[in-house]
Amino acid sequence: MNTNTKRFDRRQILKAASGLGIMAFGASMSPMAFAAWNKTAFEAKSLSDVYGALGAGSPSNSGDVQIIASDIAENGAVVPIQAVSKLANTEQISILVEKNPSALVCLFNLTADVLPEVTTRIKMGQTSNVTVLVKAGGKYYTATKEIKVTLGGCGG
Amino acid sequence: MANPMKIRAASKDGVTEIKILMNHEMETGQRKDSSGAVIPAWYINEVKVELAGKSVMTAEWGPSVSKNPYLAFKVKGGKAGDKVVCTWTDNKGDKRTDEAAVS
Repeated sequence: MNTNTKRFDRRQILKAASGLGIMAFGASMSPMAFAAWNKTAFEAKSLSDVYGALGAGSPSNSGDVQIIASDIAENGAVVPIQAVSKLANTEQISILVEKNPSALVCLFNLTADVLPEVTTRIKMGQTSNVTVLVKAGGKYYTATKEIKVTLGGCGG
Repeated sequence: MANPMKIRAASKDGVTEIKILMNHEMETGQRKDSSGAVIPAWYINEVKVELAGKSVMTAEWGPSVSKNPYLAFKVKGGKAGDKVVCTWTDNKGDKRTDEAAVS
């Protein structure tokens, strides 16, 4: 399993993240309103439609964004996935599954206090590329990993 | 009314790890019942987490988050006894708030 080799050094992350907090960032972010649910983005079918709805334009691939998940998911209804960003000022992490009926699965708005890594479980209808979209310092970055599904999770 | 969430939060070396397991069907709206009628979508679409009275994270979800959603993340700061409050709202307008203390 290659998951272990991808494990990051926790101390490094901590160090990077504490630097991040000091930057003139906290003040503008702290009174965060409960953002209205972005209907357009969640109904968008393709990756580019989602990027458009989120205002992400055409994000660039970045090695600082990581997807930690196994290569093969036995049950598409429950695919554990961890999204990690090593980019400074990570504000938002989204998980997208290219071949799901609607590509956008979930979107997390992080305050400056949160370490830029989230773990959750998603559904996948079939084998697909999974993309993590990270917004850091106003710019968007992605990472993509293919996850093979042997049993679909969308009513299949 | 929905079932309670399980919230675990532990503080270690100045970082609080929060784990939340929610209780929700997360129906996609893609499935059909035995008579062939589409089961309407029913899922959590907004989640908000507070630590010690301060909002730390908000999330927007679609129907393809797994049934009984699990969420884990880490927050700088927080100490034993601080309160973690999580609130979700689903697409039918149902809401639930649960809280736990950091250990």
